[in-house]
Amino acid sequence: MTGQPATSAQPVLKTEDLVLYFRTTKGIVQAVDHVDFELAESRAVVVIGESGCGKTSFAKAVLRLLPRNVDTYRGRVYLDGEDIMALNDEEFRLRIRWAKLSLVPQAAMNALNPVLRVSDQVAEPLLIHSHDISKEEALERAREMFRYVGVPESFLHRYPFELSGGMRQRVAIAMALITNPRLIILDEPTSALDVLTQANIMNVLKKIKWETGTSYMLITHDVATSSELADDVAVMYAGQMVEHSDAESFFSEPLHPYARMLMAAVPKLRGDADLEFIPGQPPSLLDPPSGCRFAERCPFRFDKCAQDPPMFMVGDRKVKCWLFEKEAQGVYGSTPAAVATGD
Amino acid sequence: MTTMTHTAPAAPPATSENALLSVRHLKVWYELRKWGFGLAGYVKAVDDVSFDLHEGEAIAIVGESGCGKSSLMKAILGLVQPHDGQILYQGQDIFAGGRAGLRWYRAQVGYVQQDPFGALPPFMSVRRILEEPLILIGMKNREERLARIREVMEEVKLSPPDDFLNKFPHMLSGGQQQRVVIARAMIRNPKLLVADEPVSMLDASVRVEILKLLRQIQEEHNLAVIYITHDLSTVRYFSERIFVMYAGKLIEKAATDELLWHPQHPYTLALLNAISDPDAANARKLREVPPGEPPSLVAPPPGCRFHPRCKYRIDGVCDTDVPPEFEARPGHFTACWLYDERFAEQRRALEADLEA
Repeated sequence: MTGQPATSAQPVLKTEDLVLYFRTTKGIVQAVDHVDFELAESRAVVVIGESGCGKTSFAKAVLRLLPRNVDTYRGRVYLDGEDIMALNDEEFRLRIRWAKLSLVPQAAMNALNPVLRVSDQVAEPLLIHSHDISKEEALERAREMFRYVGVPESFLHRYPFELSGGMRQRVAIAMALITNPRLIILDEPTSALDVLTQANIMNVLKKIKWETGTSYMLITHDVATSSELADDVAVMYAGQMVEHSDAESFFSEPLHPYARMLMAAVPKLRGDADLEFIPGQPPSLLDPPSGCRFAERCPFRFDKCAQDPPMFMVGDRKVKCWLFEKEAQGVYGSTPAAVATGD
Repeated sequence: MTTMTHTAPAAPPATSENALLSVRHLKVWYELRKWGFGLAGYVKAVDDVSFDLHEGEAIAIVGESGCGKSSLMKAILGLVQPHDGQILYQGQDIFAGGRAGLRWYRAQVGYVQQDPFGALPPFMSVRRILEEPLILIGMKNREERLARIREVMEEVKLSPPDDFLNKFPHMLSGGQQQRVVIARAMIRNPKLLVADEPVSMLDASVRVEILKLLRQIQEEHNLAVIYITHDLSTVRYFSERIFVMYAGKLIEKAATDELLWHPQHPYTLALLNAISDPDAANARKLREVPPGEPPSLVAPPPGCRFHPRCKYRIDGVCDTDVPPEFEARPGHFTACWLYDERFAEQRRALEADLEA
């Protein structure tokens, strides 16, 4: 059982050519640019990337939680094979969001409503999404969830400000879990927490995954902590998915030059390797380069990098880099040619 | 008390002649008031902390949020009056000289803040930000100031300086903002630099760049540095000694590699065990985390402050007596009763876990 992405079974989540552009005073920001992605049943994928690479926007695009300044939003998103982009907003709200896809938002500890008791907040999604449930039953279920994520039951009737950061984070996770969703998207769930609390939360998430088989999409910039939960790793750079591998292979040998350099920049507690940094800065998403977006900072760059590379399939892994053209068995998702006409 | 071989908690630490900064039994307590008047108690943020810092030495103070590390830092910067104890800079109490003394002292100390964007005034250009400290120390000549600003900007690799002089903070990237903060800290040629989580707000790739820059500046100027962080995985790249802080007290002091490879205090061990290096195997096992949360600093637990969460605790000792500092290994100090010779038996369990 090494973590091979299951390709035969139907994926829980699949996106095809997903695009999300924002309108700003300076121009169009290409936050999510033609992303093809899939996640198999009962697996956890970690989306890593630096700030501004579009990882949070990608989550928002999947959840259809869009700000007002959206310029372009298109592509396909399949949940259990159903094309959820075809649903209208009301159907999406009723049937998908929180019923099947839930979110633990960034800084979830500050995302709780300060004037509601935590029990009411945790029970709320259930009351909205199941019509035949009474308030008492919902609260009972909330109590169960609290036990699950390790919040003492006596905290049920407290207000968020009466809880510590770690406890509030657990409440937010309980809220995401209560409807028994197919997929939970966690946006930086531990980055504001202390090391011990962080380890605690990761333990909770692992237990839930082992016991219920919930699928996770974990969005983070913290590579080391991401390995706590990852079955698969997806790396985003400048609005694009540049590598998607199983965790086993990724952490031993990342393929994409950016992923390699990112891994070399992660401080190790006791390792001897010298740390390296990536010179330069990511390109502006207002006017990204037409070729490979990492080319400018890449030590392996060659002529071909002036063209946009497709997502090459190398074994079970996918990588968006011309270096792998020869050993690739094929191309995943939309090819750059299609990308060119798509614009 | 016992007759064992430990340094009695009340004795002053050995003063070394060349200590640049020496913190003696420092207590930073904040008053709690009832209805706005009447003392209701204290928040004991820093409680009896002592250490020496030598010229050119980089130390790291590691602890979780709420452990008092920021209060310790504020006292060292002269921003809060300690309740008790002393901070000696080159042998002088920094609070003894009044306002003028403090003003002189602050020019000797550089401060690198945690959040670079929050630390830079949004309406001032880089040039004005860097010029102000020079005006304050009475550098009258405009050309001289500009020359110094250029010099420091080259040093923090904001080059060419003329590209940045007239920019405002929001026009810079996170890494560049942090360089401006470092330049501002360095502009008066301090002997001591206090860096409060200087890289925690930055991305992985930039983080390493800034750490390397700080290290380079530290070596070139023979600076003493106090690096305050919650992230044990970055300290190795920066400091010679690590102090671990828990609930207002320093519980372990050792050289960096010594501490990372041979932690002695149960809390340090738990902290190290909770940190992950990127490895796919992490996903298959649970991490061992001590139960509970750090105590309230208003009424901290008696005895060792970690005892309610400690699985090695010795009832009747750890919950009543404050542990003194023991030298567990040469140069490696830890405040834990398990290192008292009386409790060699109880120490076995911890030693077995340390082996693993």
